[in-house]
Amino acid sequence: MRTSLIDPAAISIQDSVVSFSEAISLSTQLLVKSGHAKASYVSRVKENFERLGPYFVVAPAIALAHAAPGEDVVSPGLSLLKLNQPVVSGALENDPVSLLFSLCTPDSNSHIELMGEFAKLMGDPEIVNSLLNASAESVIREIFQT
Amino acid sequence: MLIYAVCGAGIGTSVLLKSNADRVLSDLDIEATVKAVSIEDAVNPDSLAQILLITPELESKVSEIRSEVVVVKNIFDLSELTQKLSQALS
Repeated sequence: MRTSLIDPAAISIQDSVVSFSEAISLSTQLLVKSGHAKASYVSRVKENFERLGPYFVVAPAIALAHAAPGEDVVSPGLSLLKLNQPVVSGALENDPVSLLFSLCTPDSNSHIELMGEFAKLMGDPEIVNSLLNASAESVIREIFQT
Repeated sequence: MLIYAVCGAGIGTSVLLKSNADRVLSDLDIEATVKAVSIEDAVNPDSLAQILLITPELESKVSEIRSEVVVVKNIFDLSELTQKLSQALS
């Protein structure tokens, strides 16, 4: 049984970043810190962003950075970097970004359940508002306790 | 009916799209298979998908294909997805 949708070590609040690219690095490094991925995954996610642009800005103020499955992924996982000062990603819709989630999965199936739970949670505008207004990491950790 | 949910790698955005599209289709009582795919799969000329669900940035990359393209702005907004899917299927 999963006790938390996002590992407590993979949740972080930061005041600001210089660029969306820096935010992607910081967010995916949380997956490394929490043991879900190895360091090379961070550069693969950035390559994906450089190749295809900010298509993973999926809702107003919300992005989900990720790369394809690979050997540098240990287990399916999510991380969240919350920015107090939102950053511009250059996406056609939904800018600027305050909640930058990152996702990793070792194959194309083992994260499906995690994504379903994540979609259900984020479909609730009240939860999204609580995340946007959270000023402490402990508040965010509590939201993702299941 | 085959629907492709598309993203760069076929694991993130596309899986979220599929998860919500499955819920919407079941609420609308429509039988369809939704498959999460990468952009490379989506532009394959042998693709049998009738509808592509996609985020705004990737729209320009699928302009050559035969499937109907539905651009989803807010992936978590089931009402947007419901409205756009019903329109595409009518």
